[in-house]
Amino acid sequence: MTDLERKPDRAPVPSGWTYAPAPEARDIVRLEERYGLFVGGEWIEPRGGETYPTIDPSTEEPLAQVAQAGPEDVALAVDAARVAFENGWSALWPSARAKYLFRVARLLQERAREFAVLESLNGGKPIRESRDVDLPLAAAHFFYYAGWADKLEYAFPNRRPRPVGVAGQIIPWNFPLLMLAWKIAPALAAGNTVVLKPAETTPLSALLFCDVLRQAELPPGVVNIVTGDGRTGAELVKHPGVDKVAFTGSTEVGKAIQRELAGTGKKLTLELGGKAANVIFDDAALDQAVEGIVNGIYFNQGHVCCAGSRLLVQESIYEPLIAKLKRRLATLRVGDPLDKNTDVGAINSRQQLDKITELVASGQEEGAEIYQPPCRLPERGYFFAPTVFTNVAQSYRIAQEEIFGPVLSVLTFRTPEEAVEKANNTAYGLSAGVWTEKGSRILWMAQRLHAGVVWANTYNRFDPASPFGGYKESGFGREGGLHGLEPYLDFSGKPDTFGG
Amino acid sequence: MTRLPIRKTYKLFLGGAFPRSESGRTYEAQGQNVARASRKDVRDAVRAARSAQPKWAGMTAYNRGQVLYRVAEMMEARSADLAALASGRDEVERAIDRMLWYAGWADKLAQVIGTANPVAGPYFNFTVPEPTGVVAIVASDEPPLDALVARLAPVLVGGNATVVLASERRPLPAIELAEALATSDVPGGVVNILTGLREALAPVLAAHMDVNAIDVGGADGVAPELERLAAENVKRVVRSSGDDQSPWEIAAFLELKTVWHPIGR
Repeated sequence: MTDLERKPDRAPVPSGWTYAPAPEARDIVRLEERYGLFVGGEWIEPRGGETYPTIDPSTEEPLAQVAQAGPEDVALAVDAARVAFENGWSALWPSARAKYLFRVARLLQERAREFAVLESLNGGKPIRESRDVDLPLAAAHFFYYAGWADKLEYAFPNRRPRPVGVAGQIIPWNFPLLMLAWKIAPALAAGNTVVLKPAETTPLSALLFCDVLRQAELPPGVVNIVTGDGRTGAELVKHPGVDKVAFTGSTEVGKAIQRELAGTGKKLTLELGGKAANVIFDDAALDQAVEGIVNGIYFNQGHVCCAGSRLLVQESIYEPLIAKLKRRLATLRVGDPLDKNTDVGAINSRQQLDKITELVASGQEEGAEIYQPPCRLPERGYFFAPTVFTNVAQSYRIAQEEIFGPVLSVLTFRTPEEAVEKANNTAYGLSAGVWTEKGSRILWMAQRLHAGVVWANTYNRFDPASPFGGYKESGFGREGGLHGLEPYLDFSGKPDTFGG
Repeated sequence: MTRLPIRKTYKLFLGGAFPRSESGRTYEAQGQNVARASRKDVRDAVRAARSAQPKWAGMTAYNRGQVLYRVAEMMEARSADLAALASGRDEVERAIDRMLWYAGWADKLAQVIGTANPVAGPYFNFTVPEPTGVVAIVASDEPPLDALVARLAPVLVGGNATVVLASERRPLPAIELAEALATSDVPGGVVNILTGLREALAPVLAAHMDVNAIDVGGADGVAPELERLAAENVKRVVRSSGDDQSPWEIAAFLELKTVWHPIGR
């Protein structure tokens, strides 16, 4: 302690440095003025004629007009998927299904830069992240599941795996293309056809993906993309021709979907919200932990369902850790998503910015202490400074509710038991982080944390081979890995001849 | 004079004890006065299950298998009584063999359901099954013993605690089974068996915020309503039939946990 007080372990951050702008060229992306719906391998106009503008959240400028799919359009898409399922796709040689998926993976790699720029334009995420995380992972996901397409019998021995039929998939706006990959790759590998609805605010990468499907010569109707707001999603969930629903999004909407499907017997997987604890023990490598905390909550502006939004710090290192964290925060660059130096980009929408602002205000009102590093936010667009709350009680809204923004709530603990107790004190159970140099403690904690994913000495790491999904109100079902195939397969053909 | 036999009073099985309903009510089924559980009994049973669950899950898998094997032994010892209350010897033998079959899964599950995942990075990444927590079972009426065992055994072997709503029409085999469980080293509170009116009690279980999963396979016409209520805390809903028997029946009540453990010098 006293050592730390006597001399800081690092020189203070120079304040006079300026960075030259390093923008990624956006002309690689050619946008249409207006997009229809991708149904049966063709672009169709929405029957209701309704469209809405999709914007660049960092400038609020419109990028294109996008179709609002109504009930008739959704029905057409489901029919197209059904026709494709019955007429060939499910009966195709599994190895041919695999080859189509390998093609898609390759095409995504070849066009990675174009997709990365578009993802940052339409979603507001830093180009560094869309380039280094979203795109490589999306391609890897298609590669991974491509290889499963002709090996399902080995993945599920004695279970006679068969495709389910038509999958209705609804994805969020935080990782638009990556979530598309998480949904489409296992569904197609298992022999299903798909109707996918991208998020209302981030439809463009899914629409560009249709061009990848064209290049891959995927049979028409195997993948259909319908754009629109929540009404479109509701139509898709309700449609009797949909055999399986997969949803990633808020817990509130997930519950409504589960209610809607009650009694229908449709298969359902839900990947919902989170309020993950990131637990730092006093023996952790502190500098490494600080990087992990920053990556845990400021990655993608905190628009991450598994974000490490509750920091649990062991009391004995609370002061030095928070000091280091604040120093690190001052170096984060907030601004233009297309600038290669940007760490924190734009908040995805006005609505989300309002939600973050409201929850941060509640934190201040309830008595937490706020810290934001000095940083100039762009005048236009939706931005929010990286924020840390200390002096947070477990009952505060900022410790209970998912903020889905760059806002960290710090709590403390003394013993490992207390850390577990506090970490599990939430209705969610998606993920958790543990930082310690002691391997046995990592596994001890991992056994006790009620979370589907536990990261030790790292955070926000994803891999197509690694199953992802929640406990409790964070949803059910897994995406990724062998387990990610299961929701897209039907096993009812299996004879039940055990016991007796 | 022949000796006058002592009759049995059929009560609830709650927290390892056999209390009457706190409401003091009974109803008549199979020619007996049977405890008619109240909403409060349901809540008490959930609390008992929640507090017993960590101990059950914390036992070694080997030990849990041994305890369930012991349940099969105790059922065997009571097979005559069970047969008289259920639908005869065949049903009882099927139920006992089923319990035995599931007991053997305790220490094999993780090897069949878990995986080691080859991620692109310096991490040992593995996925293991864990119990979902507290499971509600709405038992089928027929066959009254075997259909219950078929749902109860997979829930237990995975390390869950449970609150069972026994068949309303034929509840006695369930209470007889409770007596086998009570003498089998299953920790008190891991299995709680309630008798009473299904339409009144099942919705309370389905809506309970501290229940993680519900098996509606025996709920017949009430099932859609139960599923709707279950959404309130995103319960796992299982709709298996009383005949289904496989490790996937166990998996339906398991969560999968994936751990990224660092590798380094």
